[in-house]
Parts: sequence; C-alpha cells; structure tokens
Amino acid sequence: MLIGLLVLLLFQFVGELFVLAVGVPVPGPVVGMVLLLGCLILKGEVPDYLRLPSEALLKHLALLFVPAGVGLMVHFKLLQADWLAILVALIVSTALTIVITGLILNRSAKKLHQMSGEG
Amino acid sequence: MEFWTFFAAKPLMWLIVTIATFIVTSWFNRRIGGTPLLHPVLVSLSLIIVFLLLTGTEYETYFEGAQFIHFLLGPATVALAVPLFDHLERVKKMLLPLLVACVAGAVTAAASAVLVAQLMDAQIGTLLSLAPKSVTSPIAIGIAEKIGGYPSLASGLVLITGAIGCILAPPIYRILHIKDEAVKGFALGVAAHGMGTAFAFEYGLMAGAFGGLAMGMTGAFTAFMLPVLIPLLGL
Repeated sequence: MLIGLLVLLLFQFVGELFVLAVGVPVPGPVVGMVLLLGCLILKGEVPDYLRLPSEALLKHLALLFVPAGVGLMVHFKLLQADWLAILVALIVSTALTIVITGLILNRSAKKLHQMSGEG
Repeated sequence: MEFWTFFAAKPLMWLIVTIATFIVTSWFNRRIGGTPLLHPVLVSLSLIIVFLLLTGTEYETYFEGAQFIHFLLGPATVALAVPLFDHLERVKKMLLPLLVACVAGAVTAAASAVLVAQLMDAQIGTLLSLAPKSVTSPIAIGIAEKIGGYPSLASGLVLITGAIGCILAPPIYRILHIKDEAVKGFALGVAAHGMGTAFAFEYGLMAGAFGGLAMGMTGAFTAFMLPVLIPLLGL
C-alpha cells in the first residue's frame, strides 16, 4: 500500500518535471498518468501494491473536488454581472457536448458489440 | 465563543468539516435514490459555502485545512492509469472513434458556449473565460491566461460545468438510449472533466477509466485548439 502510494507520487513528480522542462500547457499529473500507463503496458500487469492505493483513491474521487468547489464563493461578484448568459451558455453547450460525443461513440460501440456477439 | 475562535483558525477543523459533510451528504444521497441533482459534491460545497459565509470565514482559512484533501487530486489523476490499463483492449478497439468523439466534443463545448453567451451580450472577458470551461481546472487556468480571459473566473466556470454535466448526463443517456459504460464515461469526461469522471465511477470502473481518458485527451487537445478557434469566432 505504502509502496504503491510512493509510486503514484513519484510518477506525478516526474510528470511535473516534464511539464516544467518542456513547457506544455498540460498538468503534471496527466503526464504522470500517461507515463504510468506506459510502464504498466511494458510490465503487462498491475501489481497488488499499486492497485490497492489506486482503487482506494479513485473510489473517493468525488470528495477530492469539494475543496476546489467551495472556491466558487470567491467568484460570486464576477458571476453576478453575466450570470444569465453564463448559465444558459453552460447548460446548452454541456448538453450539446454530451449528445454529440455520446452519439458518435454509441454508433461504434454498437458495432463492437455486434462483432463480438454481445448483442 | 472562545472555543470557536480557537478551532476556526485550525486546519484540522476544516478538514473535519469537509470529510464529515461529504459522508453525511453521500449517505443522504443514497437514501433518496442517488439523484444527481443532489450529488454529494454539489450539496457538500453548497453547505460548506453557507457555513463559511454564516461564520464569516475566509476561503483562504478554509483551504488551509481542505488543501490536504485537494492535494490528493494529483496522485488520484495518476492512479487513473490503473483502470485504463485494465480496459486497454477496449480502448485499443475504439481508438479512432474515441479520437473523433473527443475532437468533436471539445470543439462543440468551446464554440457553443462562446456563441450562446455572445448572443446574450456577455462581456468579452466572460466570453474568453467561458471558452475553456469543459477542461480540467489546471489546464483551463493556463488556457484562460493565454487567450486573455480571467483565470479565476475560468476555474469557477469549470466547476459549474462539472456540476451541470453530472445533472444533465443521466437524462440525456436515457433519451438517446446510451447504455454502454465506456460511452457514458467518455462523454462525461469530455463534457465535464474530473467531476464528470468522478460521477462516471458510479456507473462502474470501466466508465470511470474512460472518463479519465477523455479528461486527459480533451484537456490536451483544447489547449492547442482554442488559440486557433478564438480568432475564428471573431474574438
């Protein structure tokens, strides 16, 4: 468990270093995720010591967004000026995005199911 | 009152408040059948904001305690590699459609948000802060800085988008008859970044893995796409 946590932190660290060195506008943890995925592919399996802390963290992923979410209170004044335009824009565009992404993928997912005979 | 002054300044107090509120709201959400309208994240952050306003506590004071939870977002993002690896075969089979869906979704998210707000006469600073709203906060902040929006407003809009995505996704999936876990997770990740991904984990590990993949792909693609798209939208 402890080793796995260290592995996660080390990959995050290497990711942050990479972003700093190359100057790409991508967060360090995302780079760390890609690097860890690459290493897992090379290794061919997920060791138990890594699986345990990873699944524990992901099980409670929603909790981790609460502190940043409370930060909305700082933006109340900014939100007041254009709140209606913002709200309509966010609802319309989020719905459209889910519909378009979902429809494109659903088509290919159905094909996959037919090919593998899952119905 | 002296007790309060003492504890309100301690990071421990806000760590306890955050975890306790989340446990109670999760329990409550399960009791009423798991409606996304009262998602534990939304209810928790509303309750905590009200509590902070009532007690006159600054966000900075709160964050001194809550930062220990916030910090775990980093290793949790790295940990997304594990469920992704577990579903690697599925990702490989769907790679091309996933890329097409990600590009189409990311362009739709940015362009439609800016166009709708433009029609409703929003200010230019608001428009530029709206553009990166479907992208995970750290990337969105970087993009907003680059194209001339307000980074603080952009990160706030990212969170509201996350909440809206979690509320809208289940009815949309019902109407469109989308039942595949991978599709559900990926669309949530494209439209609603990490909050959508967290919500997707409630559909299952595969949905969560695809949500995380979508979040990473959309973030990286949007960072390169927006500086090109913004002039095309006439801003």
